[in-house]
Amino acid sequence: MLRDEDRIFTNLYGIHDWHLAGAQKRGDWSGTKDLILKGRDWLVEEMKTSNLRGRGGAGFPTGMKWSFMPKASPDGRPSYLVVNADESEPGTCKDRDILRHDPHKLVEGCLLASVAMGASACYIYIRGEFYNEASNLQVAIDEAYAAGLLGKNACGSGYDFELYLHRGAGAYICGEETALLESLEGRKGQPRLKPPFPAQCGLYGCPTTVNNVETIAVVPTILRRGGAWFAGFGRPKNNGTKLFCISGHVNKPCTVEEEMGIPLKELIEKHCGGVRGGWDNLLAVIPGGSSVRMIPKSICDTVLMDFDALREVKSGLGTAAVIVMDKSTDIIAAIARLAHFYKHESCGQCTPCREGTGWMWRVMERLVKGNASVEEIDMLLDVTYEIEGHTICALGDAAAWPIQGLIAHFRPVLEERIKTYRAAAVARSHAA
Amino acid sequence: MSGEHDDVVVEQPKSFEFTAENLERAKAIIAKYPAGRQASAVLPLLYIAQKQHQNWVPRAAMDYIGGLLDMAPIRVYEVATFYTMFNLKPVGTYFLQVCRTTSCWLRGSDEVTETCKRKLGIDLGGTTPDGKFTLVEVECLGACVNAPVLQLHDDLYEDLNVELTEKLLDSLAKGIVPPKGSMIDRQTSAPVGGPETLTTLRFDGDGNAA
Repeated sequence: MLRDEDRIFTNLYGIHDWHLAGAQKRGDWSGTKDLILKGRDWLVEEMKTSNLRGRGGAGFPTGMKWSFMPKASPDGRPSYLVVNADESEPGTCKDRDILRHDPHKLVEGCLLASVAMGASACYIYIRGEFYNEASNLQVAIDEAYAAGLLGKNACGSGYDFELYLHRGAGAYICGEETALLESLEGRKGQPRLKPPFPAQCGLYGCPTTVNNVETIAVVPTILRRGGAWFAGFGRPKNNGTKLFCISGHVNKPCTVEEEMGIPLKELIEKHCGGVRGGWDNLLAVIPGGSSVRMIPKSICDTVLMDFDALREVKSGLGTAAVIVMDKSTDIIAAIARLAHFYKHESCGQCTPCREGTGWMWRVMERLVKGNASVEEIDMLLDVTYEIEGHTICALGDAAAWPIQGLIAHFRPVLEERIKTYRAAAVARSHAA
Repeated sequence: MSGEHDDVVVEQPKSFEFTAENLERAKAIIAKYPAGRQASAVLPLLYIAQKQHQNWVPRAAMDYIGGLLDMAPIRVYEVATFYTMFNLKPVGTYFLQVCRTTSCWLRGSDEVTETCKRKLGIDLGGTTPDGKFTLVEVECLGACVNAPVLQLHDDLYEDLNVELTEKLLDSLAKGIVPPKGSMIDRQTSAPVGGPETLTTLRFDGDGNAA
């Protein structure tokens, strides 16, 4: 188990003071000026050494992403950092704890990341429902300004930096980085075609990097303790510590910071009091938020919680939101819920997703009852492949994968449900 | 986005403008964005309008905000109808949003919804005849380890069950809004019974240290 001394989010549960004074006692904002003065090349290199991969779901190496930002601005366009705090991936509630309990880690991270990318301003886009979280974060920003840590000559480093908080208004799609930029510019959150990528043409047509809250909030600690320290946890290319949120059928759901690559079973048994009814009562786990394929118990027995281990079993670490389902779960209904979610959240821009998510949900609702023919299972699977990869953004993929996971691991359950429904229908017609 | 904004004939007020205080607030928000990029402020301004206008955004408010931000009215309508947090018709004094997505569903969100329906005598999307309660279901609210949850205006009520939902509704019926957060006295997102990590840390002079 990770030692408390190696945990980055020391106020994860909000027991201590989250204001500036409390944050400083926990080591935030210590030596920030010196880190800034080491310069952007040093900062990017240190992040590359840490092997930090983006914590928003895609897992792209952070240091490399930062290095895509232009070094100079011959046309005078400013560069921006945008922080994605639009946490809405079902199962995920880790950024919420950073925003409300450790906001200064994020604020300091925004400054350091912006220096590393030559950004003079940063916008944090927070989901509208997080009203109280936004209030805490705004207070933290105000405190940092008042203390001279932000603004002109931030931390006395000579670097000028502005940080703004922007509230969204309830749209899952705005967690997609280009939809987020559209929304931030005052439009419907409909994703943009790439290229051009945000690093060339992002917010207001300027070079922009979009990073997740957790990605940015771990930056100050990594820089203070060294990239090598962070890289010392986990397996190669899957390094560091990570916030996991475990929900569903465990005895004690919680959010916890652990070492990357912790076995799923250990995560659930050490931190969540085990699966309800014991490990053998486990049916399946969605290990990385709703957008990854589920894994059945046989895989859960041994799988490690990191990007590559979960990709090997055709799932993903995603946001590390672990949704646990015990044997009492109607697994078809659980996925039908997610199908409804994606139908509701499709932005309507691309036909395969707009029409396909509704179609898949309607078939899923029939499959919950068993009111379908066995051939329709393969038809549904075909449709998921028609949607996957045929839309501007990954929402189409995300809608397809949970259903693919269901069919891959629980096809007999689907067939059984159809058989039972048909038998009942036949019995009714004979009785009539 | 579908199903949220059905075409219902709503009696629209003829005009709308911000109170002096809200206009100041709006100006401070507009100042966050570069010159010429004031349209960025449309979401926060719609939110302020909704707060000012009994928790729903009338057409006149969209037109007014369009004027403030130099946006064509249709651009504001597009935004107001796209984002689910904007109510485009009147809602009850207490606007209850029950999370229905999988993490909450696994821990009994259906029972929470049924309890609300039964106690209030309304269906999803309905408002009680006295105008006190409106009930809707929403997608993931982002508090999954404290499932099931229900949002009342800006606050979340967490770790609910049938009994606690009844208690919450009884209290609201009397006009008393209970403290937000976990309804079972749990420390935020820590395991039930208290944190099992971060227990060995001491911070210099931190009065709250464990």
